[in-house]
Amino acid sequence: MATTVHEPPKIEERRPGVSGNGGWRNLVPADGDPRVVQDYSPPPASTGIWVVVYAVSMTFAALTSALIVRKGSSLDWQSFTLPSILYLDTALLLGSSVTLEIARRRVARFMGGVTIPGESPARWLYITLGLGLLFVTGQYVAWSQLRGQGLYLATNPSSSFFYVLTVAHVLHVLGGLAGLAYVIVRLSKSELRRSTLDAASRYWHFVDILWVYLLVLLWMKL
Amino acid sequence: MHDVSAHAAQHHAPPQGFIRKHVFSLDHKVIGKQYYALALVAVFVGMVLSWIMRLHLGWTNLAIPGLHLLSKTGAPGDLMTPEYYLQLMTMHGTIMVFFVLTTAPFAAFGNFFLPIQVGAEDMPFPHFNMMSFWVTFVAFVVLISSFFVGDGPTLGGWTQYAPLNAVGAVGGPGQGMGVVLWAASIAIFCVGQLLGSLNFITTTLDLRVKGMSLMRLPLTAWAWFITSCMGLTAFAVLMPACILVILDHVAGTSFFVPSGLVINDQLQPHSGGSTLLWQHLFWFFGHPEVYIAIVPGMGIVSHVLITNMRRPLLSHRVMIGCMAAIAILSYMVYGHHMFVSGMNPFSSLAFSFPTLVITIPATIIVLMWIGSLYGSRLRINTASLFALGFISMFVSGGVSGFFLAQPSIDIMLHATYFVVGHFHMVMAVAAIFGIFAGTYFWFPKMTGRMMNETLGKIHFWLSFVGTYCIFMPFHYLGIAANTRRYQAFVDDYLQPLIPVHKFITVAAIVTGVAQFIFLYNLIHSRFWGKPAPDNPWEATSLEWSTATPPPFDNFGGKYPVVYHDPYQYGVQSSTGDYVMQTSPEQVVTEQDEK
Amino acid sequence: MAKFFAVTIIVIAIASAIPILRHSWPAPQDISVHGHLIDEQMSETMAEAGISFLAAQFILAIFIWKFSNRPKDSKIGTFPGGAKGLVIAAFLLVGTEVLALGVFGTKAWASVYFTPPSADSLPIQVQAGQFAYYFRYAGPDGKFGPLHPSMINEANENFFGLDQTNDQDSKDDVVTAQMAIPVNREIHLLMHAKDVGHSFYVPELRVQQDFVPGLDLSIHFTATKVGKYEIVCTQLCGLGHYNMKAYLYVYSQADFDDWMKKQAALQ
Repeated sequence: MATTVHEPPKIEERRPGVSGNGGWRNLVPADGDPRVVQDYSPPPASTGIWVVVYAVSMTFAALTSALIVRKGSSLDWQSFTLPSILYLDTALLLGSSVTLEIARRRVARFMGGVTIPGESPARWLYITLGLGLLFVTGQYVAWSQLRGQGLYLATNPSSSFFYVLTVAHVLHVLGGLAGLAYVIVRLSKSELRRSTLDAASRYWHFVDILWVYLLVLLWMKL
Repeated sequence: MHDVSAHAAQHHAPPQGFIRKHVFSLDHKVIGKQYYALALVAVFVGMVLSWIMRLHLGWTNLAIPGLHLLSKTGAPGDLMTPEYYLQLMTMHGTIMVFFVLTTAPFAAFGNFFLPIQVGAEDMPFPHFNMMSFWVTFVAFVVLISSFFVGDGPTLGGWTQYAPLNAVGAVGGPGQGMGVVLWAASIAIFCVGQLLGSLNFITTTLDLRVKGMSLMRLPLTAWAWFITSCMGLTAFAVLMPACILVILDHVAGTSFFVPSGLVINDQLQPHSGGSTLLWQHLFWFFGHPEVYIAIVPGMGIVSHVLITNMRRPLLSHRVMIGCMAAIAILSYMVYGHHMFVSGMNPFSSLAFSFPTLVITIPATIIVLMWIGSLYGSRLRINTASLFALGFISMFVSGGVSGFFLAQPSIDIMLHATYFVVGHFHMVMAVAAIFGIFAGTYFWFPKMTGRMMNETLGKIHFWLSFVGTYCIFMPFHYLGIAANTRRYQAFVDDYLQPLIPVHKFITVAAIVTGVAQFIFLYNLIHSRFWGKPAPDNPWEATSLEWSTATPPPFDNFGGKYPVVYHDPYQYGVQSSTGDYVMQTSPEQVVTEQDEK
Repeated sequence: MAKFFAVTIIVIAIASAIPILRHSWPAPQDISVHGHLIDEQMSETMAEAGISFLAAQFILAIFIWKFSNRPKDSKIGTFPGGAKGLVIAAFLLVGTEVLALGVFGTKAWASVYFTPPSADSLPIQVQAGQFAYYFRYAGPDGKFGPLHPSMINEANENFFGLDQTNDQDSKDDVVTAQMAIPVNREIHLLMHAKDVGHSFYVPELRVQQDFVPGLDLSIHFTATKVGKYEIVCTQLCGLGHYNMKAYLYVYSQADFDDWMKKQAALQ
């Protein structure tokens, strides 16, 4: 494996909040962690990822309604068969969600001090990354297949939406891959926060579910 | 349960070096000031554009000296061509709505003050925050660049209706590259605002200090939070719409262009697109956008007014509830921009009812402000003058909404100056007044110096009277059926209205010149203003409890604990008639916090 | 300064109301059958909006006058009824007001959009293009021939793209640059956009409707007064938008028939 992790990051327990100080005395405890004086709030990464999921959903909702309106507004819509590689790509992506869950559990256990001998804690993250990259490649193959059939971006509104939706999705997949890469890097420096790992995973699963939704939409409408 | 690493995301070391401190800064305060500077440049550009437009409208055949320098083709011999008027108008609207009204009240003040008001060191994702400013800056540069390419900026208005926005250069000057640059700029802008909204929402929900419950957040924090939720939905929809427009231009698709169109005797190579689709996508963004422009101003006005009334509003929760109601309703009303667009007439009726209903929370907000003035100890200073001016302007602009909300009346008033008067008053001027109120109020905290009150009051008087002189007559023009977006008034029935336009132009120039007083005050006070104490207004919220200007981590290593509701004024305490949120002192309140 | 501000607000409010009360720049005269419903709606709305506007500005001004420059130790008072009272007032007053406007306004809207054109209405097709309107009358056969966009040729004055050689129905179609209609006769206006979005607006007729490229829609109206009026474009369509107009002549039936004959002869 390329990365070597020397020691698991420490998990510190939440200490009871200090109260009754009042006013302007320094509330930061001696060991320097300012957050123990806060009431519990969720880590920003977990709220943040829902914000991102929502915004991305709205973008695809807008594109969905554009598709529905465009299909209904005129008679020039020509359906075509979806390239069969898309189904393989779907399997790859669903598989990557499974491997990501395995990865997440292994890393969480690693962060709690449990190591599996002979296996880097990042191994399943790499597998997920690999499956994601295979998915992207598979999408590229799908586009090539369509081009081979003479279906380009502007050929027909159906092909226009196919390309727009799948390209938009791949861009978000690339973002998800960047997030996973970030997690791997942080893990290798023993600086990974649990919330970061969970947020990146959640985003990846979302991108997976989004793909299934798009596949159904394209299959129904195209 | 959360784990801790050596460096919390928002717990970064003090920046070193000029670039890190002032250019690519992770500090939300610097980012806020950068947004403010961007908005300041944008508003003066937008204002100068409006002067040129108004001069042309009042005196259509006037050669405007120097105009040919701006565009040789647009204004040969300093005489404005019809297309150039429309191009300037489009840029005026786009710059003002996006780079002033969305940027200053929300991104500028929100970035600077939201983390401080919740008690945080910074926002949770400072790198995304820095990106949000620079992405917005790039969007501005892309937009302005359309002045200097080919045949200039797009002329289709800030609303860029289809199919004019998608047929390409055959549609007119600026309709080729100009539209592509416009759409690219706006798509980039959307990304910047989404990054900003991400930070605002997570800051508000996750970074509040001990004792800062949601109900103890000041109304500015609530306004910014609600605005960023609106922005999340609105900008996420506009961005793909702009991309589809770009594809219609550069990739030969036909999302928005139907078949059978003939321009210059040529059948256009498009087919099947839906022109109304653009309107639906645009206004689904566009209507919430106008509330994104005004809700932060409502928060600022509340905040400034409460401090200067020395009492809280009659109900904190009602204000929050009404701002939230406006945000939710804003998605259900967008069709009122499309009453006569050719959309199903039943839809028009359907959209008109929520449009009328949204009057209710807006009215409640105005009544809360006015009702809270009763029995208050109102202090008059420039900030409170602008806050009160906001209320007056919002009422004036708001009542014209009663007319436009009804489809039958809209038959007469759609696309007339009545609409232009309405949105300038209720959104543009009111929001600008909110920005001014915020500036005069928060300038001491941001810079450590006070602004000049005399100059401020002169600025206020000229602006208040001036903007009424400009925009109230627009309503009369609209009732007389004066169509908008005309570069000249050639129709017979419009001739008697031209003197009104001349009056408006004079008012616009005078009011515009007054804004230089503000600019002078801003710059002069920044360097030579009277040094400001930490809490010059005797205010209660967290930004006033820290040093002036705040240190890089906002609270100097000390973390506040919050003991009180945000607006404990009208009490008896050791500090006077107010108690700060961070003070543990128990007080007897004259007014119960509801 | 506070008192001066209060006075200024009141002066501005009154000054704003005066041109409305004096009808300084009134809406153009109503020459339509359905227009009075719109005008009534407008008057009611103006009364309600006007009262709300004046009341709000006056009360704002009075409160600024009364409650500024109070001594430091004066007590903070609460508006009678407090927040609850104002919320109820808003719902009752504004809520009923706007809903009443909305409900009663449906009548005016329905008279334009939910009533079908009558069987003996006169059909006229209008085509909007950059930057002129052209009108087509069906001629004695009462039928409009099909449109062939690829045949549009401005230089040859084939504005609609008619194939008058091969299409029987097109042979007697009359194309004009101005619109004429007989008074007191319902007109069924068939709207077709040639290139981009435009709009058909005749303020006196109380009619405004956008053209939608790709969608042919129609409206109907009846003019009640003879005269010359202007049709103006209100949907931004390009550099000539400000100049895009046509005259609408409302003639007596006899004068209209004359006009039709003359126009037919010019084809």
